[in-house]
Amino acid sequence: MRNGPWLRTAVASLLICATGGALLWRGTDGFRAFTTEQARRVSIAANPRTLPIVALDDQDGRAFSLASYRGAPLAVDFVYTQCVTLCTRLSASFQRLDRAERSRGDGRLRLVTISFDPRDTPEQLRAYSARYQADGRDWRFARVHDARELPQLLSAFGITVIPDGRGDFQHNAAVHLLDVEGRLARVLDIDVAPSEAARASGSRE
Amino acid sequence: MIAALGGLGLITLLALPWTRHALESVMILHMLVQIPLLAVAGALTATALVPRWRATLERWNENGISGTLMAAIVSSWWMVPRALDAALASPTMEVAKFVSLPLFVGAPLALSWSRLGPMGRGFVIANVLPMWSVVGWLYLVAPVRVCNFYLVEDQSVAGAGLLLVSVGLAATAGCLAFRSRVTNPPAG
Repeated sequence: MRNGPWLRTAVASLLICATGGALLWRGTDGFRAFTTEQARRVSIAANPRTLPIVALDDQDGRAFSLASYRGAPLAVDFVYTQCVTLCTRLSASFQRLDRAERSRGDGRLRLVTISFDPRDTPEQLRAYSARYQADGRDWRFARVHDARELPQLLSAFGITVIPDGRGDFQHNAAVHLLDVEGRLARVLDIDVAPSEAARASGSRE
Repeated sequence: MIAALGGLGLITLLALPWTRHALESVMILHMLVQIPLLAVAGALTATALVPRWRATLERWNENGISGTLMAAIVSSWWMVPRALDAALASPTMEVAKFVSLPLFVGAPLALSWSRLGPMGRGFVIANVLPMWSVVGWLYLVAPVRVCNFYLVEDQSVAGAGLLLVSVGLAATAGCLAFRSRVTNPPAG
């Protein structure tokens, strides 16, 4: 009779391990994503996201939207021009990508850098683009035309921006690739090699 | 009974919007105050369990093994950075946190710890404390933000806090082991 509780305990323990393990497996996308950023990448790679059409202004004040790039792959990142940390690494990475793609002419991967800081004016974006020797055409710098649409755009991309209370922001940074249908299809590390980004974007077979 | 009422009171206090926002606004308070207190509240509430139910549960929890396993698995989820973010981003996850920590961590631990025996307790302590130190160390030195909702500095502070707590608990456990009386066979 003493074996009854032991058997039941063994069964209960097995059930707990199985249920708990299954929940942990689901909660971490098969032990692949332990942070929200990893989860975002896994989810986007599995299900490319349709993005809302949001009116943007570029560094020369020209209106456009990401949808106007449909038909060709596009790389997008989010920065603010006052940033001295993560964004400079991200922009340096886009600069490498821009240089590597220049030789490819019309078939090149185009780049758009979007500022999430409402303080950034087209003039500031122009100065920022000059800092990275961007031509303002194949690599454009933009801000959201109507600041009220910014949260919608950031949430579609899965970018969380929090003010640090000293005039700066903390935000998740990555290289975002849009496919030919204009969907957000891949999210890559900010230090991704240009060749790798071009391959992932499908601009190079 | 007083302990159980205290436990329920504690959960209510933690669930008040003001306390909730205050404790969740900083990572260290979220990880090292709110989450442990929710488990403590569950442990206190579990003391009111009527003897008949307790006896039934004990039949499925010989030596406190199943209860400890449950607490270990559920508490490990709430150490994942993604879980902290999810609790802030989604009301469903926030409710899951307020339910799972008292019910599946605090309460089972309270009902199991005394039944674990020295071997089981030693096993738990020797596994949990190094795990916490490693998690704390990772948070402390991680060059990137692991939580979307907390600043990098916040993350280092939380990591340092967790590291200190685990070292402190390890030191306490060491002292207790040192002081506890073991009946040795007479020399000679």
